Amino acid sequence: MSLDLTETVQGVVDGLSSEYSEDLIEVYKSCDHTYIRVEAENIKEILNYLKTKHHFIFLCDIIGADRYTSDERFEVIYNIMNLRTQDRIFVKIRCEEEDPKVDSATSVWSSAGWMEREAYDMYGIRFEGHPDLRRIFMPEDFDYFPLRKEFPLLGIPGSIELPNTTPDTE
Amino acid sequence: MNEINSKVKPQFFEKHQRGIYKSLEDKHTTIEEIDAEDPLNAKMILNMGPQHPATHGVLRLILQLRGELIEKTKIDIGYLHRGVEKIAENKTYQEFMPYTDRMDYLSPYSNNVALCMAVEKLAEVEVPERAQYIRMICMELARISSHLLWLGTMVMDAGAISFFIWTFREREKIYDIFDEVAGHRFTVSHSRIGGVANDFTDRAVGRIKEFVTKFEQELKDWHGLLDRNRIFIERNQDVGIVKTEDALDIGATGPVLRASGFAVDQRIITPYLKYGEVDFEVPTRMEGDNLARYFVRMEEMDQSLKIIKQCFDKMPKGPVRTNNAKQAYPSKDEVYYSMEGMIHDFMMTDTGICPPAGKEVYHAVESPKGELGYYIQSDGTGHPWRLKVNAPSFRNLQVLENILDGEMVADTVVIIGGVDPVMGEADK
Amino acid sequence: MGIESAMGEGFFTTKVDALTNWARANAAWPMPMGLACCAIEMMAFAGPRYDASRFGSEVMRFSPRQSDVMIVAGWSTYKMSHAIRRIWDQMPDPKWCIAMGACASTGGMHRCYGVVQGVDNYLPVDAYISGCPPRPDALLHALMKIQDKIKTEHSVLLDT
Repeated sequence: MSLDLTETVQGVVDGLSSEYSEDLIEVYKSCDHTYIRVEAENIKEILNYLKTKHHFIFLCDIIGADRYTSDERFEVIYNIMNLRTQDRIFVKIRCEEEDPKVDSATSVWSSAGWMEREAYDMYGIRFEGHPDLRRIFMPEDFDYFPLRKEFPLLGIPGSIELPNTTPDTE
Repeated sequence: MNEINSKVKPQFFEKHQRGIYKSLEDKHTTIEEIDAEDPLNAKMILNMGPQHPATHGVLRLILQLRGELIEKTKIDIGYLHRGVEKIAENKTYQEFMPYTDRMDYLSPYSNNVALCMAVEKLAEVEVPERAQYIRMICMELARISSHLLWLGTMVMDAGAISFFIWTFREREKIYDIFDEVAGHRFTVSHSRIGGVANDFTDRAVGRIKEFVTKFEQELKDWHGLLDRNRIFIERNQDVGIVKTEDALDIGATGPVLRASGFAVDQRIITPYLKYGEVDFEVPTRMEGDNLARYFVRMEEMDQSLKIIKQCFDKMPKGPVRTNNAKQAYPSKDEVYYSMEGMIHDFMMTDTGICPPAGKEVYHAVESPKGELGYYIQSDGTGHPWRLKVNAPSFRNLQVLENILDGEMVADTVVIIGGVDPVMGEADK
Repeated sequence: MGIESAMGEGFFTTKVDALTNWARANAAWPMPMGLACCAIEMMAFAGPRYDASRFGSEVMRFSPRQSDVMIVAGWSTYKMSHAIRRIWDQMPDPKWCIAMGACASTGGMHRCYGVVQGVDNYLPVDAYISGCPPRPDALLHALMKIQDKIKTEHSVLLDT
């Protein structure tokens, strides 16, 4: 590896290459941060391993992204931090467009609850094992997933209703 | 088991309302005691709806009460959701600047700088030193302004209404400073990619120095009024405790995390701008209750004044924006008097700065509410492919959902004030 | 009041009109529907420098049953619009509405799926204020325009 990684992150990469070698796909650096791409099947075990063995105890963010390719369209990126050595790594997984499903990380960090709800609301990625997977920003009556690239910026007229301007008698 | 849903008749968004009442029933069902008798009929569902004087914006709380005690709560957000991340995919990086102002609208300068620094990291733009010091001074002023509003509203929620007037008087002075520096009272958009829009005038410097000297005395007066005030302490001590062992797990950030014992501050962890060269402390407390958050924020205001004074001593003379025409706007003289300047200005407005394709960046800044981060994926054009805002108020609201169980209903307002959410950034 | 059945339009009605309109205009208690950044300018409008209470808007009544003017400050999303309309319906007549800021008037800079492009899609607005956010002076100007509107356009004949 010709990447210039800090000691902790190198330890992470070595640990992952030995324990989860079939899941590790690639490691790269972009603008001074390390991105590790893994397979989506064992993501819960990998995150648990990172939290317990390498002390990445702080989950900063879960980011959903849409690559707009026909193959492996959606990405989920976990932004985790080791407070002891102040290192930050990003763990990336990809999932299919048809019925995207990922294991939920709420058993590892409970702050993943709302972040996964946001990814579900915006992209439609379902998280298995999430205690309360509902939409968080748009109301439940909304049928579309707004941040997908094919959803128009101005919305779809009629997808969400405005209030009744003639007041009903109560 | 669907007793709540059978009593509710929603007027609009029926599926949404039924969903949230069902999830309220399902919360903590494994550890809930089966309440066989309720002779006084003390159990009720209270909806602190989206419009409420004390919820600091449009936040909806649904509380299941037994008398005055809150058994379970659920928080409903999204009443201010605009789809800022979708808008970002259609605008250039500089065009997106005013949208960042309107996210954490209590301290808009921090959001501006966070976006600028993320893009500068992505496109490898060098920012001159004077611009970095100007950004630091304005960010610390924005921090003081945000904490002033927090102080006014939290103490007003606890009952002391004159505090609101005093803190707003001080905030008007900061508004005057921003008016002088940037042309607008609070949603400034002063920071540009590659520097800042314009330099400080002498009058602005005079105003800032005058504010800094007078504000210290005001802070001391307020400390004297509140620190040992029996009513304030009784309302805030042991209220809304975020335990130290839970704080990291449930996702606290900013002053809420620092009041529970963790000295996590992005200015110390990954020093950006020139924070590595100024000397300041990060206040922390161990108790984790509302009073601890109060002390942490008051001390942060003090430290901000210290940082501003040191910045003025260290600030060098020089340009305030980088000269590279492909990365930053040229100065107005060049635009008006030279052809290249005008062409570059046009290209910057039309296409904007184009970072290399396939690169991703994450940059976090310590805003007054916590760690504010921007994650940008670039596809080589002037528009970002994906821009995600890691909003501190979003994570602090998740903490709020956890700490309200077991508190009294009358403390809800004070706890929300202590956690200090801003709905514009929580809802994006 | 039954005035229209007793007196009709005439000298007595216009004098009663002048008195009640003067009273209503100088005591227009606002109901702040403070949603976003404009709410901060609305707080400044109620604050010490741009004092709203010298214009009669003595208290910001957060209860719709006790207020006259609703100031919608900030962008209205589709999800929130139902709550705003409900609050408007709960306000007793006579009532007026100020759409403060570009976002409440027309959707402002937020031209996207979540934001209603102007609250006049579901509320009858009386005064629009432009600005993002408008200075508190602009909000005072709008309040004065509403006061003019009350004095000239309103009549007790409308209160049935």
